[in-house]
Amino acid sequence: MISELEMEKAESELELGLGLSLGGGTAAKIGKPGGGGAWGERGRLLTAKDFPSVGSKRAADSASHAGASPPRSSQVVGWPPIGSHRMNSLAAKSAREEEGEAGKKKVKDDETKDVNKKVQVGFIKVNMDGVAIGRKVDLNAHSSYENLAQTLEDMFFRGNPGTIGLTGQFTKPLRLLDGSSEFVLTYEDKEGDWMLVGDVPWRMFITSVKRLRVMKTSEANGLAARHQESNERQRK
Amino acid sequence: MDLRLPSKVLEHILSFVDSNEDRNSVSLVCKSWFETERRTRKRVIVRNCYAVTPEAVARRFPEMRSLTLKGKPHFADYNLVPDGWGGYAWPWIEAMAEKCPSLEELRLKRMVVTDECLEKIAASFKDFKVLVLTSCEGFSTDGLAAIAVACSNLRELELRECIVEDLGGDWLSYFPETLTSLVSLDFSCLDSEVKLSDLERLVSRSPNLKSLKLNRAVSLDALGSLLRLAPQLVELGTGSFSDKLDQEAVSKLSQAFSEMKELKSLSGLWDVLPEYIPLLYSVCPGLTSLNLSYATVQMPDLLELLTRCSNLQKLWVMDLIEDKGLEVVASSCKELRELRVFPSGAEGLNDTNVAMTEQGLVSVSEGCPNLESVLYFCVQFTNAAMVTIARNRPNLKCFRLCVMEPFAPDHKTQKPLDEGFKAIVERCKDLQRLSVSGLLTDKAFEYIGTHGKKLRMLSIAFAGDSDLMLHHLLSGCESLNKLEIRDCPFGDTALVANAAKLETMRSLWMSSCCVSFGACKLLSQKMPKLNVEVIDEHPLETRPDSSPVERIYIYRTLAGPRLDMPEFVWTIQKNPEIGVSHLAIK
Repeated sequence: MISELEMEKAESELELGLGLSLGGGTAAKIGKPGGGGAWGERGRLLTAKDFPSVGSKRAADSASHAGASPPRSSQVVGWPPIGSHRMNSLAAKSAREEEGEAGKKKVKDDETKDVNKKVQVGFIKVNMDGVAIGRKVDLNAHSSYENLAQTLEDMFFRGNPGTIGLTGQFTKPLRLLDGSSEFVLTYEDKEGDWMLVGDVPWRMFITSVKRLRVMKTSEANGLAARHQESNERQRK
Repeated sequence: MDLRLPSKVLEHILSFVDSNEDRNSVSLVCKSWFETERRTRKRVIVRNCYAVTPEAVARRFPEMRSLTLKGKPHFADYNLVPDGWGGYAWPWIEAMAEKCPSLEELRLKRMVVTDECLEKIAASFKDFKVLVLTSCEGFSTDGLAAIAVACSNLRELELRECIVEDLGGDWLSYFPETLTSLVSLDFSCLDSEVKLSDLERLVSRSPNLKSLKLNRAVSLDALGSLLRLAPQLVELGTGSFSDKLDQEAVSKLSQAFSEMKELKSLSGLWDVLPEYIPLLYSVCPGLTSLNLSYATVQMPDLLELLTRCSNLQKLWVMDLIEDKGLEVVASSCKELRELRVFPSGAEGLNDTNVAMTEQGLVSVSEGCPNLESVLYFCVQFTNAAMVTIARNRPNLKCFRLCVMEPFAPDHKTQKPLDEGFKAIVERCKDLQRLSVSGLLTDKAFEYIGTHGKKLRMLSIAFAGDSDLMLHHLLSGCESLNKLEIRDCPFGDTALVANAAKLETMRSLWMSSCCVSFGACKLLSQKMPKLNVEVIDEHPLETRPDSSPVERIYIYRTLAGPRLDMPEFVWTIQKNPEIGVSHLAIK
């Protein structure tokens, strides 16, 4: 039996579906449910509004999970259409990544039983200001900050000139670590704070880093202050 | 005067006719040809296990040696078919055990196979040789042990992407010492570790072993010893490729690979560490098939590998290959026929953080003249890219584009991807399989209906505006055999108007669309040779005609309504007292 509350909720969801048809306007073909809640109870027709639009400012916004977000595309059953073996493999991979970076166990219901714990695959995302497409870098393949900085420099500056967003305009070496160039390397730690890279020992860094960002030095000024603040907090 | 060809002569002639398509034509000529053909057919393929009864098949082809069956619809791969829907292998195995005990080969896809089934196979078919299970479920490793222990002439045992209840690795140890006939073994989808010494002994006493696909639990170290025992392998699926080996072990492994002169296909490579990629260099030039879709190889390590694979015909890889890598494929792999690029992130949908775009596929379409089959997962795409691809590769037979962001328009022009797909169907006259995605209006389907004359299978998600879309497809695509649709806003009118078309197709699947219960009833009444299944896990008690159904699966059948339907599957036979629907279809 459908309770009144559920019916209400279902009806409003139904309205949402009807109101956002794409161009054809025949979403009205959805028959008005007799008993109410027919659609709501059994899922509703997903429309474009359910999926954050492509190319939004989301890329620059690291806190993409702010507030009430619409159902993520990855929550749609069977989408993207990859087989369950592959899905499990990807889920296990990202679980391993999070274990490696966040240092805490993430228990997923459908995780494969044999996650290979011998090697933590530490791929994390790297974004650079002004570059639309981000990259991924394997932290475990690096032994020091200098190593990492070199890889990033190679990735973003000596890459294939055809790659979208990477133009020849940056010809000077990056020198990401010494603060002397146009860019600095920053990272988001497991607590969600953005910090300058290089202040903590490498081993500590790789266990706490969640993702990297090559930021314009001008925008990074606020970070130094925050970093100091958090250091002070830690000391207390 | 009797001008008929003596049946013995016809039999002899037919022994040269291998293709089932040709044999089907032969069987339509006249009754005696039908009789001769059916008594000599050895290889039977039933692409929908509910289209015909096992008894009918066994009766018609008494000399059957090989049976291939497919069960659940394709969208079952993506969890769109609820558990318990059907596709049971048991009735088939039972019928064959009784009527065709000389059966030697069984190939099942998307079926429910239980341990009882496997035990029955082991007990009933004395000369059983080949068992290939693809995307099957319902059995445990105990069932495998039953096959291993009893089938003394076993040649092939392949488990491809099955869901198996893993009770441990002992099943492998049940292969008797007397079994020396193994040609192919694939247990890559299993989790548990098998006993290495038993595996080594099995491999050493199998001189005909050509294909070996290990599971992830087989270590890199173990791989070395196995390769030394089987340098003749043509297909190899490695286990995990990530243990830390000492220098001696590495050079031994390198040596083992270089001894493999026959190797044509390589897969597995789970967790492969970049420093081990060079181990594969010696086999690369001989490879025609490379499956890196589970290997987390990144650029630039991938580059070194790909430049050496000049004979590659089939490449499966993750989007870690990036546009750069696909450019290298375009210039190095001139024999490429099939390309599949899978997403590397589970949240790949909102993840624009991989440098792989439509450009990668464009490069491959330019550089690889034999490219005919594409499966491409990408975050976004453009019409211009598809137009270029179509112009470059009019020889495409299979084009499956999955723009992972539903409703995503052309990311440069913000227009729907109609024009892109138009170019594909217009230019690629031999296109047989197409999957569309991204923002699409009814226009796209008008184009597909107009030009997709050879199209046999079409997959659609989150697309179209109205019933017109479905109408264009059903009325335009003459060769349409399988149509599967999810999350599209229409149904009734086009379905009922094109009901006759459905008898010319194998099946139609629609889920999360706007098909009403009334239309399903009407269709069922109009078309008695179809099984119209309404699959609703949460039906309303009263089921008014106007209520939309969750899923509808329609297929042609000679077997009538099936007897193994679960509660959540409704067909009209279940409720014969429901009269003609009052729904007025315009």
